[in-house]
Parts: sequence; structure tokens; C-alpha cells
Amino acid sequence: MRRWYPPRILLLSWAGLLGLLALTIFGAYQPLGAFNTGLALAIATGKALIVVAIFMELRERNALTIAFASAGFFWLAILLWLALADFVTRPNFPSSPPLI
Amino acid sequence: MREPQPAMQFVDLRQQHDVAQLGMWVFLATEVLFFGGLILAYSAYRIGYSAGFAQAAARTEILIGAINTAVLLTSSFLVAWAVLVARMGEGRIAALLLWGAAALGIAFLALKGIEYGIEYKEHLVPGLNFDVVGGQAHATHLFFAFYFVATGLHAVHVAVGIVVLVVIGMRARQGAYSDRYHAPITVAGLYWHFVDVVWIFLFALIYLPGRSS
Repeated sequence: MRRWYPPRILLLSWAGLLGLLALTIFGAYQPLGAFNTGLALAIATGKALIVVAIFMELRERNALTIAFASAGFFWLAILLWLALADFVTRPNFPSSPPLI
Repeated sequence: MREPQPAMQFVDLRQQHDVAQLGMWVFLATEVLFFGGLILAYSAYRIGYSAGFAQAAARTEILIGAINTAVLLTSSFLVAWAVLVARMGEGRIAALLLWGAAALGIAFLALKGIEYGIEYKEHLVPGLNFDVVGGQAHATHLFFAFYFVATGLHAVHVAVGIVVLVVIGMRARQGAYSDRYHAPITVAGLYWHFVDVVWIFLFALIYLPGRSS
């Protein structure tokens, strides 16, 4: 066994990512209505978690690094949550007719 | 090769390595919010013009987008592998893997260029030659404005990453990294993987909507 061979977990992650890519494209063509968007975002999140946990080795890092890594996504969640709380609850958006 | 020493403010190389990683994650957190602002704008307009955004997104080149996603995922795999190999002291193999990842990055940009060319021919470039008529023209304009800004900024990140991978590959080939000292290659890898993560979400937001109708 040559020592520079890729570890099994990296190979599995790579195969898993390509599998999820195929799955998300397949899913996009199924008539699921509003669930198409949810499915696409759920698969994208799954792919991102594989990259972050295994390729970026976050699962092996200390709690401080994990906290810092999570901070960006935490603030992103606040940004999206507070802003979209407005847009999703407006009965009429956009309120004026488009200019073009 | 001279035995690597920690910079004067660190107790040892391990502490220096931890600090370098932490610093990179802080930078990546700012990058999350940088792209997050764009995604917020996209989400708001997609809520406002859901039918128009679906119709506009269906005009993107999903085949090129899918190939590019596979290309970036594969390059990330090569970089993750290179980091492990470099830690084992196999600098020459690490260099080949990093340069392979950089070559995939160049392939990504080339495909992106072809895609932009197709969109130019279809008159979908806002501010340059946008010419779509009909009820969804305004939403299509907004969608493609987001598309070019988001993918353009992402492409700039890819271009920076290619340069970083090539330079770090040269250093790896010279045997600069080992089990004791590997912070630069690890941190460079973090950046490249982040660019990959951004693309994963851009792919879902740009190419997939509107395909089932």
C-alpha cells in the first residue's frame, strides 16, 4: 500500500458529492411545486456540510474554530431571517409596476 | 531543508497553525456575509417575481453548470488529498495534486467564459445587450443581473484561488511542508473549499429553478 493513496473517507465524500449533484439535477426536473426549491437547498446544504466537515476537516478542529466557522453562518441566518420576514409577509411585492 | 521555526509571538508551530486556521475561518465568515448579501437580494426578488425568476433560470445552461459543479467538487477533492499528502512529506505528489486542482479551476473559468458567450448571443447581458420582451422581461433582467454579478464575483475568487494553488504547489514541491509545518497549504485549502461551497449554493439558486414546468 503506497502511503499517498487517498483515504477512503475522501473518496467516499467525492463520490457522495457527485451523487448528490446527480440527485439534485434529477430532482429539479420532477414536478414537485414549491418543494423543488426546498429539495435543491436541502441537497446543497448536505453537499456543503460534506465539504466543510471532511474536506475542510472541521470535524477534527477544536470548539473555538468550530464556533468561529459557525459564526458566519449564524450571522447569515440573522440577515436572511430578519430581511425575508419582511418580504415573505408583504401582501403585495413588488408594490409598484416594473419600470421596464 | 531548514527545520521550520514558529514566529516569535507563538509558543510552538502547533499554536501558530491553530491561529492561522482560526484567522482563515474569520476571513471566510466575512466572505459568507459578502455572498450572503447577494443571496438575500436574490431571495427577495425571487419571492417578488417567482414566475419570472423560474422562467429566467430555465434559460441558463444547466449542462455547463452541472459540469462546472463536478469540476469544482473534484478539484476540492484533489486539494483535500494534497493537504494530507503534504503532511506526510510527499511534496512532489502534493504539488501535482494542487496543480491538477488549479487546472480544473482553469477549466471551470473556460467553461464559464463559453457560457457567458452563449448568454451574450442570446441577448441576456444586462447593461450590454439585454433584449428580452414579454411579461417576464423585468424579472429576467433582475435575474441575469444577479447571475452575472454573483458568478462574476465567484469567478474572481476562483482566479485568486488558482494563483494560490499554483504558488503553494511550487512551495510543496520544494519540500516546504511536513507533519510539523503545514499551515499555508491547509489554509489555502480552506479558501479553495469555501469557493466550492459558494458555487454549490449558486448552482442550486441559478440553474435548478424552473426546470420542472
